[in-house]
Amino acid sequence: MTDTARMARARRKEAAAAAPPGRVRRALGTHWYAWTMVAPVVLVIGVIIGYPLVRGLYLSLTDANEANVERNIGMNHIPATYQFTGLENYTEILGDDVFWGRLGWTVLWTVACVTLTFSIGLALANLLNRTLRGRTFYRLALILPWAIPAFVSVFTWRLLYNEKNGLLNKLLAGGGIDAVPWLNDPTWAKLSVIAVNVWLGVPFMLVALLGGLQSIPGELYEAAEMDGANAWQRFRDITLPGLRGVSSTVILLSTIWTFNMFPVIYLLTRGGPGDATEILVTYAYRLSFVDSPRDFAGSAAWGVLILLLLSLIAVVYRRSLRKQGEVW
Amino acid sequence: MAKSSRNRRSPLASAGLHATLLIAAVVAVFPPLWLLITSFKPKNDAFSTELVTHFTFANYRHVIADTQFLTWFGNSLVVVGITTVLGVFVAATTGYAVSRFRFPGMRPLMWLLLITQMFPVAVLIVPLYNLMASLGLLNQPAGLVVTYLTIAVPFCAWMMKGFFDTIPVEIDEAGRVDGLNPFGTFWRLVLPLARPGLAVTGFYTFVTAWAEVAYASAFMTGEENLTLAGGLQTFVNQYVNDWGSMTAAAVIIAVPAGLVFAFAQRHLVAGLTSGTTKG
Repeated sequence: MTDTARMARARRKEAAAAAPPGRVRRALGTHWYAWTMVAPVVLVIGVIIGYPLVRGLYLSLTDANEANVERNIGMNHIPATYQFTGLENYTEILGDDVFWGRLGWTVLWTVACVTLTFSIGLALANLLNRTLRGRTFYRLALILPWAIPAFVSVFTWRLLYNEKNGLLNKLLAGGGIDAVPWLNDPTWAKLSVIAVNVWLGVPFMLVALLGGLQSIPGELYEAAEMDGANAWQRFRDITLPGLRGVSSTVILLSTIWTFNMFPVIYLLTRGGPGDATEILVTYAYRLSFVDSPRDFAGSAAWGVLILLLLSLIAVVYRRSLRKQGEVW
Repeated sequence: MAKSSRNRRSPLASAGLHATLLIAAVVAVFPPLWLLITSFKPKNDAFSTELVTHFTFANYRHVIADTQFLTWFGNSLVVVGITTVLGVFVAATTGYAVSRFRFPGMRPLMWLLLITQMFPVAVLIVPLYNLMASLGLLNQPAGLVVTYLTIAVPFCAWMMKGFFDTIPVEIDEAGRVDGLNPFGTFWRLVLPLARPGLAVTGFYTFVTAWAEVAYASAFMTGEENLTLAGGLQTFVNQYVNDWGSMTAAAVIIAVPAGLVFAFAQRHLVAGLTSGTTKG
C-alpha cells in the first residue's frame, strides 16, 4: 500500500467520523428554531396518538377483555392475563357478516352525507355569492347550525323526531298523514341520521365554498358572458374549476369526518334500532364501552381496520387529484 | 359581474332566489329556535306543538338549582378554555414553522397532521383510557385537554399555515434586519398580522372541544366530574325523560358557543379559504 493511498484512507476515515456530528450540528444550527416551533405538536401527538396507536395495534393482536386486563379490585392488584393471539381477531372480524354489513352502511352513509352536504353547500354558496337584499341575514341564519354544539342539536332533533309526541309527526298528523317512526324503523332511522348530519355539515361547506367563490376573479365571468356563455356553462367552466382547490380539501376532510362521525349516531339512535344505524366507529365503541364484557381487543382490531380503510381512501384520493395536476 | 346580473335578474328569478334561501334559512334556524321555545314551556308541555302558552323559567331554575349543571358547566369551561389557549398557540407556532421554513421532517409532519385527523376515536380510546388511568388523569381536566389538543391542533395548524402564507415574507426579512430572532419576528411582527387566523383557529378549537362527546363520556365518570356533553345525557336516556331540563340546559350550553361564533364569524370566510386553498 502506498503512502498516498494510506493517507487518503485515513483522511476518509477521519471525515466519516467527523461528518455525522458536524452534519447534525449544522442541521441544528440552521433548523433549531423551526424544530422548536413544531416540537410541542410532535410531542403531544407522539404521546397521545403514537403511544395509544402502538398499544392499540398490540391489543388488537391479543384476546384482552374486561376480565383479563390488569386491574385493581379493592386493595388487590390483579395482573394482566390476556394472551397474544396473532391475527385471530382480524380473521374473525373479516369472516363475520357483522363487519361487512356495518362497512356497507358506513360507506353508504358517508357517500350520501358528503354528496348531499357538498351539493347543498355549493348551491347555497352560489345563491349567496351575489348582491341581494338580506344577504347578511341569510348568511348568518345558514351558518347558525355550526354555532351550536353538535350534541345539543342532536338532542333537539331527537325532540323533533320523537315518534309519539315529536313536532314532525304532529305536523304530519295535521296533514292527515300517519306518524312516521323516524328513529324506530331501520330504514327511516337511516334517513333520519343522514338528514341530521347533512343539516350539521352544510354550514362548514357553505363557508368554505363561499370563500372559494369569492376568490374567483369576476373578470372571468364578464369575459365569458361577453363570449355568450350561458349560466350553466359559466358554472361548469369557471366556477367548478375555480373551486377545485377548496372542494378537494373539504371533500376529503368531510369524508374522513363523516366516516368517523360518532356523536350524531351515538346520541341520536345509539346505533339502533337493532344495529341498523351502527357505523364502524360506534360499533367499535360499543364493543369496548357499552357491551359487557368489554371486548378491548376486538374493539382495537375494528379501530385498526377503520384506520386502514381511511388511509386507503386518503391515498387514492390524493393520487387521483395529483393525476389531475394538483400539486401538494 | 354581480352588479350586472342583478340588473338583469328577472322578478321571477329574484323571487325564486329569495324563496330558496328563505326555505334553507328556516330549515337551518328552526330546530334551535324550537329548542329555545320549548325551554320556556312547563315541563309537561315539552311536546306540545303550541307556542308558549304558560311562559316559565321553571326549567332553567330547576337545571341551575337542583342539578349539577353548574359544576358541569364549570368543568367544561376549564377544559375548553385551556384547550383553546394552548391549541391556538401551538397551532400558530407549527403553522408558522411549516409556512416559513424548509426543514428536514417538514413533509412527514404535514402528512402526520393530515393523518391524525382520520384517527378513529375507536382505535385510540381504549389505549388512551388505559394511559390516562395509569397516569392518574381520568376524571382530570388535564387528560381531556391533551386529548382535545390532538383533535383540534392538526386542522388548525393547516389553517394557520394558509394564513401565514398570505403574509408577505418581506415582513420577516424586515424583522431580521432589525435584529429580531425568528421567535421575535413571529411573536411581534407576524402574529399580530395573523389575528383573523387566530380568531378562526380559536373558534374551531373552542367549538370542537365544547361539543366533543366520545372522549368526554369515556374519561369523565362520576356526576361531579362530567363535562356538559356527558351531563346532558343524564337528562334524557333510557331511564329518565326530562326533556324540560334538557332543553333549558341545551340553551345555556349554546350561548357561549354562539358568542364565540358571533365574534369569529366575520373572519370565518376569509380564514377557511386561505386555509383550505393554500393548504
